[in-house]
Amino acid sequence: MIYGFAWDTSSPLAYALSILPILGIGLIVTLEAAISGFAIALVLGLVWCLLRRSRLKAISWTVAFVVEFIRDTPLLVQLFFLYYVLPDYGITLPAFLTGALALGLQYSAYTSEVYRGGFDAVPRGQWEAATALNLSRFKVYRDIVIPQAIPRIMPSMGNYAVSMLKETPVLSVVTVLDMLNLANMIGDRTFEYLVPLSIVGLIFPVMTTLCSAGIHALDRALPKAGFALR
Amino acid sequence: MTDSLIRFSALTKRFGDLVVLDRFDFDVAPGEKVTLIGPSGSGKSTVLRILMTLEPFQDGDLTLAGIPYHQPDGRGTFRASEKHLRQIRTHVGMVFQSFNLFPHMSVLRNVVEAPVAVLGLGRTEAECRAVDLLRLVGLAEKKDHFPSQLSGGQQQRVAIARALAMRPRVLLFDEPTSALDPQLVGEVLGVIRTLAHEHDLTMLLVTHEMRFAREVSDRVCFFDKGKIVEQGPPEKLFSSPEQPRTREFLKSVLAE
Repeated sequence: MIYGFAWDTSSPLAYALSILPILGIGLIVTLEAAISGFAIALVLGLVWCLLRRSRLKAISWTVAFVVEFIRDTPLLVQLFFLYYVLPDYGITLPAFLTGALALGLQYSAYTSEVYRGGFDAVPRGQWEAATALNLSRFKVYRDIVIPQAIPRIMPSMGNYAVSMLKETPVLSVVTVLDMLNLANMIGDRTFEYLVPLSIVGLIFPVMTTLCSAGIHALDRALPKAGFALR
Repeated sequence: MTDSLIRFSALTKRFGDLVVLDRFDFDVAPGEKVTLIGPSGSGKSTVLRILMTLEPFQDGDLTLAGIPYHQPDGRGTFRASEKHLRQIRTHVGMVFQSFNLFPHMSVLRNVVEAPVAVLGLGRTEAECRAVDLLRLVGLAEKKDHFPSQLSGGQQQRVAIARALAMRPRVLLFDEPTSALDPQLVGEVLGVIRTLAHEHDLTMLLVTHEMRFAREVSDRVCFFDKGKIVEQGPPEKLFSSPEQPRTREFLKSVLAE
């Protein structure tokens, strides 16, 4: 029994139905991790990208190095590092937060590249017109560049969102009770792994397909010229 | 000498090894309308782009209303702080060859954006003024359209209204009609002609429209290879140019 739900192993179908509520709770955790991880990646990636464009070489080079380092390190290593090493230095984060943070950090390295591509795709004349109107650097980004970059970066961001969703099971290694971890726990107790793992394996393609469809719809709904944020 | 609004002295601008402006001297009086003509690559657009702070320069001096553009940083190159440049930009506006309207904003929003964000005007007041300016360029009824719904000539007229909304002392026109279909050139020149009658507004215009240059400018400067080869009142420069290169250039463009 997990979360108050007992399983019924009399037949595969009864087994599947009986553990579905447990996996459903795990699914919510999986989605929460993916959504919060992606939110972190979106914000942090933008921060990296903007800092890399700083005119101060010390800042842009340091950030470039850090981002490259994050990108070149496996997610699992980062996860272990955050979860097992940081407590030695007095920083103890809950498992879920650690997981979301690790996902967000890793993907922020990718999203910063997407932002860079999106900003570079905004024609130079737009930057010049904004400069000629004496807009501050902050407002050039907020009012002119980012709104026009959004439709351009949507497809790539969507791909990363889907791929991050698929990577969330990694969090089970640091005790996050996501869908995979719960399926495993059920298997450990019933010695019957096929059904729980198959369900998990099936839920993922359904989720990623839905996610892709949603992104595609959003992409088509966005005005191609961008939209004013304020 | 405090009577010139803009002063280039011995300014040198290089792109790599290419010298675009070579110890360039140029003065513009307040309210003066100056047209820059010359073959492409002669440095005339660069003069405007430097004035708009879109390009740094390597050597020499430039002042606008007494404010120097550069802050020497000891290494011999010149690049002022953003804060300093923003102070300079309050006096200058620019109209681009390719209009560069913000495609994600309505016409009205294009004109209102900077006055609200930079000058700190209230939105209602800014919109009121924007409508007045759009009326001036004959496009008040298009205020809720998006740039993509306008012709090139209309877009350029909006761009002029947008630049005027910042109340610049100096307005720079960088080949404002070069990207337009021939039948749309007239409407844009008409608007610029109206502005040329404003006494306070200093105008620098890079154009290939010689007849128009003759009509609106107080002075025409002929550029070649990063220098002003010859300058003077339009009647003089167009009817009896002194330099052979000026004659050659005028013959080639007027023959078209």
